[in-house]
Amino acid sequence: MQPLTPAGLTELKLKANDVRQGIIRALLAAGSGHSAGPLDMSDVFTALYGYLMRHDPAKPDWPQRDRLILSCGHIAPVRYSAMANFGYFPLDELLTLRKFGTRLQGHPERVRLPAVETTSGPLGEGLAQAVGMALGAKMDGKDFRLWVVTSDAEHQCGLHWEAVLTGAKFALDNVTAIVDRNFIQIDGSTEDVMPLEPLVEKYRAFNWEVFECDGNDIAAFIETAARATQTVGKPQVIVAHTVPGKGVSYMEGDYTWHGKAPNAQQAEEALRELTAARERIASDG
Amino acid sequence: MASGTNVFDDAARAMHLVDYLGAELKQIPTRNGFGEGVIEAGSRDRNVLGICADLSESTRFEGFKKAHPGQYVELGVSEQMLVAMAGGLAAVGKIPWIASYAMFNPGRSWEQVRTIMALNETNVKIAGAHAGVSVGPDGATHQAIEDIAIMRVIPHMTVVVPCDAVQTKKATLALSAAWGPAYLRFGREKSAVVTTGETPFEIGKAQTFREGRDVAIVACGILVYNALLAADRLAREAGIECAVVNNHTVKPMDEAAIVDAARACGAIVTVEEHQKHAGMGSRVAEILAQRLPVPIEMVGVDDTFGQSGDPAELIEFYGMGVASIEAAVRRAHRRKKPPLRL
Repeated sequence: MQPLTPAGLTELKLKANDVRQGIIRALLAAGSGHSAGPLDMSDVFTALYGYLMRHDPAKPDWPQRDRLILSCGHIAPVRYSAMANFGYFPLDELLTLRKFGTRLQGHPERVRLPAVETTSGPLGEGLAQAVGMALGAKMDGKDFRLWVVTSDAEHQCGLHWEAVLTGAKFALDNVTAIVDRNFIQIDGSTEDVMPLEPLVEKYRAFNWEVFECDGNDIAAFIETAARATQTVGKPQVIVAHTVPGKGVSYMEGDYTWHGKAPNAQQAEEALRELTAARERIASDG
Repeated sequence: MASGTNVFDDAARAMHLVDYLGAELKQIPTRNGFGEGVIEAGSRDRNVLGICADLSESTRFEGFKKAHPGQYVELGVSEQMLVAMAGGLAAVGKIPWIASYAMFNPGRSWEQVRTIMALNETNVKIAGAHAGVSVGPDGATHQAIEDIAIMRVIPHMTVVVPCDAVQTKKATLALSAAWGPAYLRFGREKSAVVTTGETPFEIGKAQTFREGRDVAIVACGILVYNALLAADRLAREAGIECAVVNNHTVKPMDEAAIVDAARACGAIVTVEEHQKHAGMGSRVAEILAQRLPVPIEMVGVDDTFGQSGDPAELIEFYGMGVASIEAAVRRAHRRKKPPLRL
């Protein structure tokens, strides 16, 4: 991995801003969908596509590619926007989100858009599939990595913890899971709906190597992920602390934005804020 | 067939069946056929994996584990994981066979089966063991009698219910070689072996095991043998000549064979170790209602749960014994339209 230069970091911050703007445009065009999660994971997805992952947008089926498994399929807009912004398909296609005939289904389908790796939406299933891919890679001596993005609320699913057990059993150090720890879910705070804390200790008790960082700080996330992937003999999890709706002031921290899309006026306001933020990044780094 | 000059022997001979009316039929559990088949599949293709959820002996995975230790994965009691992880393995080129009791997989794992195997189109094969009430003493919690229904309703899924151990082995090999998500259903108890190594087997192709013009019995699984016995008794005691169709592939069903049987006989009896609701027989009824309506009688479990007991005793009690099939044939025969009189 090349060292991250200040110029490279600025480039990534600009990309993350582009990803957020793509999310808002896609959600506005769709008229429905999830806002808070995609916005708060924009920095992580930018770090993955723009720096951490071994991939080639021109060769989505490249056998040696790292696989990015999006377990919480409802935040698909961030994945689609990141893919478009990193060259997998034209930016305009984002405006087909959730529309009839689109490759950008409301929840991602691999058969329609191969580079999404799995079909997701029903929660708690991504890590389990990644564990299967990781074991298959080990069996065949392949060195690609499985990056798995999970929501915090899907840690309420039993299957996710079956996958955590299994990852530890097979010492799958080629798996790096990321928890979008934004503390919100449809019905409110995760800690009110069904408490997850102490989450870090839970993973440690399951024999995973655990890391924590600010999931909205690209440099911190990259530094943490780079350390995590040095781990030998254990799967790793990065608990990425994020602010739901990050980047759009009126959405930040408000769980009611979990599952709805902005209207025209709200989208305009969001894009104005993001454009201003982009100018600041370009001038200040 | 040992001997015979009548037309019924021709079908049996063409299918290379054993003399199923003879006294000494081999009794082998269908699960043993899976166990043998999956070992051979694993030798033919090293990408074939065996994945189990703490039931390696009873699902007959033990031989595979010994023969192919590098291709065997033990997951413990986690049936949803079984499906999801197999989906991941298939995504990187493996051909996983996942085995548990049918009640738990697909019983517990249905949404994963739908999303990860079928919607996501992965090459995962489910071995559903201990299906039917013939599991016996374990009782209703372990008796899968709804599994055909929940699997046949899923797009892209292949569903196969072989009639004996020899056919189960062939089905295991055929499904291993055919790309796509699939469900193979089999049972625990010893059951009569009526087919031989020479009996043909093709996914999606129903087989006529006995010819007859009065009523067609369309059966799957171990009850095909009961259907053959019932047909013989009806011929001898009532002069009713039944065709017997081994309808081993519930999905995609051999529609042409079903319509042909209905046209030839004018009445159908379906026989399965499953709920009458939404099972193999219901699919037969769906096809015939749309293409060639004829009287249909169904043999199966009638909207109730099983219980502990001796397997044979339970088959009788829940209306799937030879006498029950005979009675259903007589009802169907009575309901046939009389010939036109001018």
